[in-house]
Amino acid sequence: MSQQNRLGTGGRIDRSRPLRFTFNGVDYQGFAGDTLASALLANGVDVVNRSFKYSRPRGIVAAGAEEPNAIVQLGASEAAQVPNVRATQQALYGGLVAASTNGWPNVDRDLMGVIGSVGGKFMPPGFYYKTFMAPASLWPKYEKYIRKAAGLGRVPKEADPDIYDHINRHCDVLVIGAGPAGLAAALAAARSGARVILCDEQEEMGGSLLDSRELVDGRPASAWAAAVLAELATLPEVLVLPRTTANGYHDHNFVTLHERRTEHLADLAPSLNGRRQVRARMHRVRAGEVILATGTHERPLVFSNNDVPGNLVAGAVSTYIRRYAVVPGRRLVLSTANDHAYRAALDWHDAGREVVAIVDAREHPEGDLVNEARARNIRIIPGSAVIEAQGKKRVSAVQVARIDIGGFKVAGRVETLACDTIATSGGYSPVVHLAAHTGARPEWRDDILGFVPGKVPGMTPVGGVHGKGALIEALADGAAAGTAAAQRTGFTAPAVELPKVAKVREGKAAALYQVPHVKPAMRAPKQFVDPQNDVTAAGIELATREGFESIEHVKRYTGMGFGTDQGKLGNINGMAIAARCLKQTIPQTGTTVFRPNYTPVTFGAIAGRNCREFFDPRRFTALHAWHVEHGAKFEEVGQWMRPWYFPRGNESMHEAVQRECRAVRESVGILDASTLGKIEIQGKDAREFLNRLYTNAWTKLDVGKCRYGLMCKDDGMVMDDGVTACIAENHFHMTTTTGGAAAVLDWMELWHQTEWPELEVYFNSVTDHWAAMAINGPNARKLLAELTDDIDLSGENFKFMDWRAGTVAGVPARVYRISFTGELSFEINVQANHALHVWQALFDKGEKYGLTPYGTETMHVLRAEKGFIIVGQETDGSMTPEDLGMQWCVGYKKPFSWIGRRALTRPDTKREDRKQLVGLKPLDPQLVLDEGAQIVLEKEIRIPMPMVGHVTSSYFSPTLGHAFALAVVKGGSQRMGQTVYLPMADGRVHAAEVVSPVFYDAEGARQHV
Amino acid sequence: MLHIYCPHCAEYREEEEFRPKGEAHIARPVAPEAASDEEWGTYLFFRKNPRGLHHELWYHAAGCRKFFNATRDTVSYQILETYKVGQKPSVVAGQSSNKGAAK
Amino acid sequence: MQHYSGFGLVKHALTYHENWQRAWRNPTPKKKYDVIVVGGGGHGLATAYYLAKEHGITNVAVVEKGWLGGGNTARNTTIVRSNYLWDEAAWLYEHAMKLWEGLSQDLNYNVMYSQRGVMNLGHTLQDMRDIHRRVNANRLNGIDGEVLDIKQIQEIVPIMDCSKHTRYPIMGASWQPRGGVARHDAVAWGFARGADALGVDMLQQTEVTGIRKSGNKVLGVETTRGFIAADTVGVVTAGNSGVLAKMAGFQLPIESHPLQALVSEPMKPILDTVVMSNKVHGYVSQSDKGDLVIGAGIDGYNGYGQRGSYSTIEHTLQAIVELFPMFSRVRMNRQWGGIVDTCPDACPIISATPVGGLFFNCGWGTGGFKATPGSGNVFAATLAAGKPHPLAAPFSIDRFISGKLIDEHGAAGVAH
Repeated sequence: MSQQNRLGTGGRIDRSRPLRFTFNGVDYQGFAGDTLASALLANGVDVVNRSFKYSRPRGIVAAGAEEPNAIVQLGASEAAQVPNVRATQQALYGGLVAASTNGWPNVDRDLMGVIGSVGGKFMPPGFYYKTFMAPASLWPKYEKYIRKAAGLGRVPKEADPDIYDHINRHCDVLVIGAGPAGLAAALAAARSGARVILCDEQEEMGGSLLDSRELVDGRPASAWAAAVLAELATLPEVLVLPRTTANGYHDHNFVTLHERRTEHLADLAPSLNGRRQVRARMHRVRAGEVILATGTHERPLVFSNNDVPGNLVAGAVSTYIRRYAVVPGRRLVLSTANDHAYRAALDWHDAGREVVAIVDAREHPEGDLVNEARARNIRIIPGSAVIEAQGKKRVSAVQVARIDIGGFKVAGRVETLACDTIATSGGYSPVVHLAAHTGARPEWRDDILGFVPGKVPGMTPVGGVHGKGALIEALADGAAAGTAAAQRTGFTAPAVELPKVAKVREGKAAALYQVPHVKPAMRAPKQFVDPQNDVTAAGIELATREGFESIEHVKRYTGMGFGTDQGKLGNINGMAIAARCLKQTIPQTGTTVFRPNYTPVTFGAIAGRNCREFFDPRRFTALHAWHVEHGAKFEEVGQWMRPWYFPRGNESMHEAVQRECRAVRESVGILDASTLGKIEIQGKDAREFLNRLYTNAWTKLDVGKCRYGLMCKDDGMVMDDGVTACIAENHFHMTTTTGGAAAVLDWMELWHQTEWPELEVYFNSVTDHWAAMAINGPNARKLLAELTDDIDLSGENFKFMDWRAGTVAGVPARVYRISFTGELSFEINVQANHALHVWQALFDKGEKYGLTPYGTETMHVLRAEKGFIIVGQETDGSMTPEDLGMQWCVGYKKPFSWIGRRALTRPDTKREDRKQLVGLKPLDPQLVLDEGAQIVLEKEIRIPMPMVGHVTSSYFSPTLGHAFALAVVKGGSQRMGQTVYLPMADGRVHAAEVVSPVFYDAEGARQHV
Repeated sequence: MLHIYCPHCAEYREEEEFRPKGEAHIARPVAPEAASDEEWGTYLFFRKNPRGLHHELWYHAAGCRKFFNATRDTVSYQILETYKVGQKPSVVAGQSSNKGAAK
Repeated sequence: MQHYSGFGLVKHALTYHENWQRAWRNPTPKKKYDVIVVGGGGHGLATAYYLAKEHGITNVAVVEKGWLGGGNTARNTTIVRSNYLWDEAAWLYEHAMKLWEGLSQDLNYNVMYSQRGVMNLGHTLQDMRDIHRRVNANRLNGIDGEVLDIKQIQEIVPIMDCSKHTRYPIMGASWQPRGGVARHDAVAWGFARGADALGVDMLQQTEVTGIRKSGNKVLGVETTRGFIAADTVGVVTAGNSGVLAKMAGFQLPIESHPLQALVSEPMKPILDTVVMSNKVHGYVSQSDKGDLVIGAGIDGYNGYGQRGSYSTIEHTLQAIVELFPMFSRVRMNRQWGGIVDTCPDACPIISATPVGGLFFNCGWGTGGFKATPGSGNVFAATLAAGKPHPLAAPFSIDRFISGKLIDEHGAAGVAH
């Protein structure tokens, strides 16, 4: 537990709370307030990973979201595994277990590294595309090897025990980032009374204020941050969300905020008050105004071996020293092109460790920080840069040389300086990612050597992301934007008084990205641009030589920016290198596009609670409990659970269905038909509307009568069907298919509202209001008669396709004499709450008739025997009413050209050889054909062979005593009596005779009794 | 994620309450039987599909269940106006207007 | 053309990779070409390649407003399969599949076509009827396919939740072993390099601003680099087809919609095949780099913004976590959108137009990548002959007038 790099004082860690953790099987200690990265650095862990292509040892480079190397596998148990955790963003907790994602047998002694160092030169960008082609048969083997070598962490083998949720929020002003600019903006907006949300991705809010050397109102900058946060906490309309990343910025100021609620506590969400906490919460925020205060990312310099552990960006060095009291080395060389990075050397020196030299690319560094360094007698080497690092698993020395930036060459002798740490700074790139999510292209600014956000309506960038990174500027910029945003959302916001900050004088930065080496870039030791993807400057140069000139081509050919860090450190450097190779400027080379997420977000957090039972609502009828109690097997139809069949004892499905079928044909059966869509249609033009909507005529349907209707789209294809009853002159009750109910209602609204608004008609969904019970069979009338005394059930007075209102089992009911089985049938509709009572009453009285509940499968058999179609089974969006042989249901003479009519006379719909509905009788009467079997005209299989149709429905009929099927067949109505063939996957060829689709009681005598 | 002003509810609501229904102002031929196959096919399937201002039909499906029209830029996704069925758009491609300038 | 091989790679390594040639030139536009292909995506580049290779027409320009392969070729989920229901579509996609199987060798460019199999899940009885129907049709058309039961599914994808506990339990699947994934960018680059070697000019950063006609005959295209003449112009611009059609003075039965996709962070190999589900609506494969590549649903509104709505991404990941509960802790790295040109029948248009000499190849909707070589191949034949290739003939624009649609939405009707 040495923590040899930990300072005795300072930092924002809590030394009174030591925490033990394990990395690659070794126990270490850190403190509360550490990140995993700061704790590893405190313990002198240099190598945290191996690179995926060259297997080079890699160390921690940065202190935040931009870290490319320190990607670890987290989790103490299998279910708790989290792949690809960025150590710089993972708070340390007691018992944390982490491991490197690559390296075999381990990161320190990695055997792949040998292959990487020898084979590296054979793996330029695009090498996959140029190799592994011969022989073609070996590609799957090559690919297996490539896949194994790729990838970072591993997926847990068990399901995630944690839960995630979503919350919708609305605010006037959303401030993203709680650094100086963000805090000033939030405070200014919040004081107006506006609803403000302030979020920040870090463990602690304050951003650069937490490691600043500057004073605010004469006190440490972090104290001002604390004061602002304290004030915000008192304001009721303000929501402050720490550990919350704005991960995606979508249209119209919709921003998703990913709040990690427990990841800083444990790898599995701990319980609170006996309940498992939510691991992460997604805030779905609609903001009036967005203030983007996301700051900057420091660019490292690109030089040879800049990936050897011990290389950090300068700002990260300051962060580790000042926030975490960790000095990640002994002897520092700083290579910079700007003043701001001098902080790293000053902090290092002030921590009591040696600054070997500051190597400044500028000839004449001038500024307050430069002077501070001079005052400490730190050696400053002007006009120079670190051109190469030395060392394998840790930097041991650097080579420093004078450079000619414009000429891109080394301009003087090379000096070697012994050191163990290199801090570099090439400048500061505004964090434009979120703004770019909206499609706004970032714009290059020469004065700050960086891209700033493009214009997004309702968004204001402030502080570093706005090119105003100096503390004094950031505070003023943030406060002004906060005030303005509150005003734009309708609040009176007085300007806030700014805290006092001394102005820091800084010299102009130099534009340095790739550092020249004594050798040309193609021959120099590797200069890494995107270390996670092992993209080098030479790789980019090669890409441009090969004609990959667009920056998008360069990125895709080399892989630059496709890592889990999305190139936060490397992209601008890469563009600069491409620009150099193509002899053009950075803005000419292109801009940089970013997509959500800003940092990766778990699938779980995005999915939220919407899996399993919440994936899609499940709908149950009022009788569901009865069905469950009586052993029903269920079928999913749309969102509904419908009884499929009701097995008794050990009955198979086939046996149960045969029994249910016989019961209906011989006595009486009952079906829960409640799931059918039901729509009330009222208004003086209701009848006319039906005339236009349905293919058949409705003008003459009297009150008390029902009619079957077929609905087409305007292309003439059948879309739905059902029975509609005339309740009163201006009042109809429509039924639709179970799955089609919502779509049909929308369809009706569409036509009414957009095409025929002059019709006075109103629609209402009443699907759930009515429960429907269909009793079918020769004994149906006798059974119903026992339960009603106010409906005349006689055949003369209650005819087929009539409906009557009355009382059934003592409750008000509508009884429809309609039939989907061809039997004498009554569909009893009652208010859903009464359903179980009526259903029970039917069974009480029905026992003597052997009343049998049946499900959808029996319903299918019975209706198919009658040749009744099921929309969606016999139809597939390509069948017209005529194809289905339903000319009887087409009102050719209706005066209004109803929906679909015109399409029936198009050249293709008039063809005689269209697929038409037929019946099939298998030559082997016991053989139930496969639904979905294709139909051919020849017995001999030759592939490919022409197909003329397919089987849509197929069953064994106990009533007919043989198997039968419905099918659609080209020119089928002309093929009656012909034999067709059905070739099966196993090589058998079945034969069937084409027959009428009506197999049973073609005259309809049974339903008319 | 669009934020849509429903002209019937007179409120901005979330996109998830709405369903887009394609190009607006498509007139069904008044006398379909007199329409040629070409006219009928055009009515059914052929669309302007502009890159830029688009007059389109929306349905407040999980709200008031009313259809209405929107003028929306199909590149920026900015909605310049919404208006009721039967009304004409006030922002039209190629014409400048105050609302249009907001883009 | 510099030949690519493992041996060549070693040789180049010895000279520090300083002698690799350009994969394609960056030429100045000529005044006139025999054929202009508008659109330098995969389909357009394939068209140019096959024009030169199979029809000897090498005086060809590909006019691209951005960078080669920068549209949907760069944005898709790289799935290749040919198990379509209707004959016309199945033949076209199978034609493409056969070309895929020899493409790396033909182009001397490894497009990394990985025949790891494509599985389409069924979750309802009607799904299973449709799967049987499609697989039977595929088999009789000579396209590989079989119907899998739960046990077989679980053997191929052991990590998928095939239990009864999901909202829509899996009932079975169709399986096309020859299907798989390919490296999307490499497809564009391989065709571009091959076409360039045969003399085709790739004109990048050259936007077509107008189509010049004389009477009813095309004369060439106006571009940001001046007018370029050609007697034959083939437009292959996917989501922007409507814009080009408008320039030529007609409309198409096409609407452009955002289609989104996303990738996870790279993982060690965990999923060895492509899994697709229409019912819960998600599809996923794992790239050779280790990312889970996931396709989202189409956004309902028209859009050229290359981005869609967040709720679509949410629904997609709900579907993925529903199918693969162990992916819950995997993280989504990036999402993006393309512009897909959708036809009413979910089939493409490969067709002559009202303008003589002007042909369109568009409307591939959400599934164009898999067709890339086949689409280019039949379109090249169409441009070369001035009349449709037999496999392209059913995909004429005229079908929207006659009603002879090829409805690949499949049996997506309603259920009782």
